Amino acid sequence: MKKNGFSVIGRPLPRIDGMAKCLGDTRYADDVTLPRMLFAKLLRSPHPHARIRDIAVDRALEHAGVHAVITGADLPEKFGIMPSTQDEEALAVDKVRYIGDPVAAVAAVSEEVAEAAARLIDVDYEVLDPVLSIESALGNGDNRIHSWNRSANVQKAVSFEFGEVDAGFEDADEIVEGTFFFQGNTHLPMEQYAALAAAAPNGKLTLWSSTQTPHYVHRALAKVLNLPMGRIRVIATPVGGGFGGKSDPFSHELAVAKLSMITGRPVKITLSREESFYVHRGRHPVKMWLRTGVKRDGTLQSMAFKSFLDGGGYSSYGLATVYYTGALQTVTYQLPAYKFEGVRVFTNKPPCGPKRGHGTPQPRFALEVQLDEIAEKLDLDPIDMRLRQVVEPNTTTVNGLHVSTIGLKECMEKVRERADWRSKHRQLPAGHGIGFAASSYISGAGLPIYWNDMPHSGVQIRADRGGGITVFCGSTDIGQGSDSILAFAVAEELGVTPNDVRVVTADTDLTPVDLGSYSSRVTVMTGNAAIQACASLKERLFEIAGEVLEVPPLDLEMADGQVRSRSLPDRGLSFVDCVEKAEVRFGTLGATGSYRPPRHPGDYKGAGVGPTPSYSYSAAIVELHCDAESGEIKIDKVWIAHDCGRAFNPLWVEGQVEGSVYMALGEVLMEEQVFRKSGLHKIPSMLDYKSPTTLETPPIETILVETNDPEGPFGAKEAGQGPLLPVIPAVTNAVYDAVGVRIHEVPITPDKILRALDARLKPTSVPQFDFPSPIRWRPGQGVSVPQKS
Amino acid sequence: MSETKSEVRGLSGKQLLSLRVNGEDHQVASYVTRSLLEVLREELNLTGTKHGCELGECGTCTVLVDGEPVYSCLMLGLESEGKEITTVEGLSQGGRPHPLQQAFSDLSAAQCGYCIPGILLTARSLLDKNPHPSRKEIEDGLAGNLCRCTGYTKIIEAVELAVRKQDAPA
Repeated sequence: MKKNGFSVIGRPLPRIDGMAKCLGDTRYADDVTLPRMLFAKLLRSPHPHARIRDIAVDRALEHAGVHAVITGADLPEKFGIMPSTQDEEALAVDKVRYIGDPVAAVAAVSEEVAEAAARLIDVDYEVLDPVLSIESALGNGDNRIHSWNRSANVQKAVSFEFGEVDAGFEDADEIVEGTFFFQGNTHLPMEQYAALAAAAPNGKLTLWSSTQTPHYVHRALAKVLNLPMGRIRVIATPVGGGFGGKSDPFSHELAVAKLSMITGRPVKITLSREESFYVHRGRHPVKMWLRTGVKRDGTLQSMAFKSFLDGGGYSSYGLATVYYTGALQTVTYQLPAYKFEGVRVFTNKPPCGPKRGHGTPQPRFALEVQLDEIAEKLDLDPIDMRLRQVVEPNTTTVNGLHVSTIGLKECMEKVRERADWRSKHRQLPAGHGIGFAASSYISGAGLPIYWNDMPHSGVQIRADRGGGITVFCGSTDIGQGSDSILAFAVAEELGVTPNDVRVVTADTDLTPVDLGSYSSRVTVMTGNAAIQACASLKERLFEIAGEVLEVPPLDLEMADGQVRSRSLPDRGLSFVDCVEKAEVRFGTLGATGSYRPPRHPGDYKGAGVGPTPSYSYSAAIVELHCDAESGEIKIDKVWIAHDCGRAFNPLWVEGQVEGSVYMALGEVLMEEQVFRKSGLHKIPSMLDYKSPTTLETPPIETILVETNDPEGPFGAKEAGQGPLLPVIPAVTNAVYDAVGVRIHEVPITPDKILRALDARLKPTSVPQFDFPSPIRWRPGQGVSVPQKS
Repeated sequence: MSETKSEVRGLSGKQLLSLRVNGEDHQVASYVTRSLLEVLREELNLTGTKHGCELGECGTCTVLVDGEPVYSCLMLGLESEGKEITTVEGLSQGGRPHPLQQAFSDLSAAQCGYCIPGILLTARSLLDKNPHPSRKEIEDGLAGNLCRCTGYTKIIEAVELAVRKQDAPA
């Protein structure tokens, strides 16, 4: 019955909310309705860059069925997810900074009326030139998008040097340099954004929203609406896909809250799919330069990396993103010297933010492709070259990151074996190729978004004489299964089944603060908080049971719905019985638990990005066919090994791995957030933007590696983001194996393959060579040349 | 918003539609311009059917119309009169989940769950017509339903599991 000594952990049981989702019972934000509800629509800027001279809303207010119209003047307080870069307004006050930037909101009896009324709002714009590329953002001193930043259109520039970088390059036998570009893409969750606000006459406000971060939304509402947090209740409804796109506080949430306060009616807003492309907060387009120096055996000596991030119109999480592009290069392979320079610029496009991997997939793509190039140059197997220099467990990297458990070697060896790598790499026929890459990701950011010393996650537990157990936590289930994780943790600790545990989450009135579902923090942080809460409850239960059973509390365990002696297993009492007696002794029972990550060792500005309770590790092999005539790629199979520390439930972890691989394939093959010269989004629809269907998704073989991390609940680390990272460079390397071209750009679309193949047939340069001095001759100036027969 | 159909019918406000959904007859007052998706969700309170784009590009809003999968965002409520509509709420029988729903739950095939109602109905229609589909036939059958969470892997395995269970002796 027990696996690895666990009763529940590791068992492939169903999710606690799975059946409800299959029955259609789950209530997402747009499924929630209230009596007398009004509907809101946002008016968005048609210009990428403009000053607002005037907004007239009279005609809109006169439209039948309109209850309220608000503009920037009604919500002037700035907000933003990162406390030091709060440069957003719910509705634009002076300026609009991308096509789609909200400028007004209407509440009316129906969506159609709200839309018609929004068209009657007169905005007088002074159109400004847009800044639409990284280069023009860096070059354009006079055309400022924001006024708060020090130098025009640069949001943040960072520069670090660790170890002896120049000396490392001098020691190198081989130096390879390259430039790379990773195009921006968006989350495309199946559920569009939606929020419902209800302001009560007693001054209390409730907001239901499809959000990953109810706590941060809570703080933003308080700030912008100038209300105490205690009067505001934020409920995160079950989220229909987030992937980082629903982690900011948003204009539409603030607007419906204000509209409800003004009208005294509940106000709901649901954004259209097109609007979702404008809200964005997706993957930053990043231009990168990477230079790596190695010894002849492939051992890394030194690395220098530059990243240029196109941030769009506002900061969002960008301050963290720019640091993330340079942080995790050091946690996979031993690197003694490392230089990182990164800069994020503003452009007049929808703001970029965190998308699965948050700033680390782009540099990992560059790194793993360059390592493949180095391996080829040195005639080494790419996997062997990496295996010899994997970071050792319980060591600290040159940039101060502490690596505890690292199952990277096992991951690499397992995919190599399963994919039959040795008989395929560089040996498959033309058009058929195989590629490898590895990566790492954090299990939760070590620092909170706003500086404080309070817990990152809190859990309360309730148990009573009925035998029911309720666990309360602020965490948000966005489909990753965080509610079920809590049920599993509590069931394991208290010796009951997950079905015996009721989980209440994501309600700021009912549940203790959890920072939110981002940076893959939830299993580790809520799991640990739940274990601590259970320990507190168990102490009291064991005290009672010890007396009743006449055994020392240390001898007791909770299993099979019982509290019983380990040494004398037939001495036990039922959980219900024990709780009843505990209520008599202690009164009403409750327990709290919390978690804060360990302090990080790096004490330099910017060291806060990168540290984590633990790093997960992944290795991927991709086998594909590439048609040299059409440039089309068909992925045959993906093998992916992921060190998740401990799998709470293999089905759930596999689901996260498979989903990560799927999203990586979408990014590397087809997804791009692209704009016309006018600043208008070219393809704001699902079919044009493109996402893989069943037809484009290959078989995915998942191998789970468990390294039992000491910081993890039952040893667990993350699984929701890490497995995305290696797949993109693995595809790139497989394309090279198949058709011999290195594409340093993502996505790898057929036209790029064809262009690269074309370029190969026409050499762009000739080698350097010192020819001997020339023989100079004119007719009549000949010299007799003795013939040698 | 086109007024054509209501002009044809001689009315400009809401109209009474007679719909048969999940085996039950309903009379609903609705604007003729409302899609079947909107009528189901907003007039009949059957919120199990979801919207992902309302442009016919994702399959999230799939319902069965006379047993065939249809994007309910591309069909008017009006057009479904006289037809049998099945939504996810109509999959379970007598309080017992459909074998597909059970299989999806057993394998944790639903992650965020938002695409699942549409996928379940498409899968049911597939199995009703082809009780023993190959993996390729399942992939082809579900190619009109997008999912961003699962990579389809466990969804396809769940359909195969449901097929095996239906074949197994009771």
